[in-house]
Amino acid sequence: MAVIIEQPDAPRSRKGAQWEKRAWIFMRISGFILVFMIIGHLSVNLVLPEHGVKAIDFAFVAGKWASPFWQVYDGILLWLALIHGTNGMRTLVNDYSEREWLRKTLNITLWVVAATLIVLGTLVITTFDPCIDPNVHNYLPDLVCKA
Amino acid sequence: MAKRPAGTLYRGKLGMWTWVLHRITGVGIYFFLLVHILDTALVRVSPEAYNSVVASYKTEIIGIAEIGLVAAILFHAFNGIRIILIDYWRKGAKYQHQMFWIVLAIWVILMAGFVPRQLMHIFGA
Repeated sequence: MAVIIEQPDAPRSRKGAQWEKRAWIFMRISGFILVFMIIGHLSVNLVLPEHGVKAIDFAFVAGKWASPFWQVYDGILLWLALIHGTNGMRTLVNDYSEREWLRKTLNITLWVVAATLIVLGTLVITTFDPCIDPNVHNYLPDLVCKA
Repeated sequence: MAKRPAGTLYRGKLGMWTWVLHRITGVGIYFFLLVHILDTALVRVSPEAYNSVVASYKTEIIGIAEIGLVAAILFHAFNGIRIILIDYWRKGAKYQHQMFWIVLAIWVILMAGFVPRQLMHIFGA
């Protein structure tokens, strides 16, 4: 199958060019922010706790999300990382898929997965309820749970 | 013999191989991200569901795989900064090779800090 390589200076629709330019700029802005946020994320969850990854459990998450700071932090991380990752995958799909139907199918799948996980993740952070753990007062003694 | 040109930015040599590695690490991190969002979502189900799945992250085999994940993330992060500098800094393209060695140095330093810490966490008491 012949691969058609378009001329770099071939005219393209103004709308299409705008979209690609914005996606390109987004990758650099989000990437720059993600460098710091991911290093912060890894430090706080994996490196600094006394037992590292072994310290992570429901109580650890409940303790973090008791603070609005970490709710917002993890929410921003979720949105930025997933959109950055999905757009990166879109670039690869556009580069390597030779069949147009496959390219379209993969790209639609990527954005459906991204939208689903962004909605899911955002709901998990915003509706998280530590009171579903009967032992919650062992680690969050001041928490008030509805009976 | 005339000195051959160093190639264009992304064609041949370091420029190309870091580009390839940036793509490979990116794909790896993407798939981990999908899994990581799903496992974290279990805190909305029950403490037992979340704790039992997160327990698999604490095994020796996944603990070692996590070193690979962090290695990929740190390369992708600092090579990403290098790409941004190539694109926006006036002398970025000229110094792309030097910037790669700086990326590698930062990567080695951070990994030297992370790997022993992670091994202690996985194999320690």
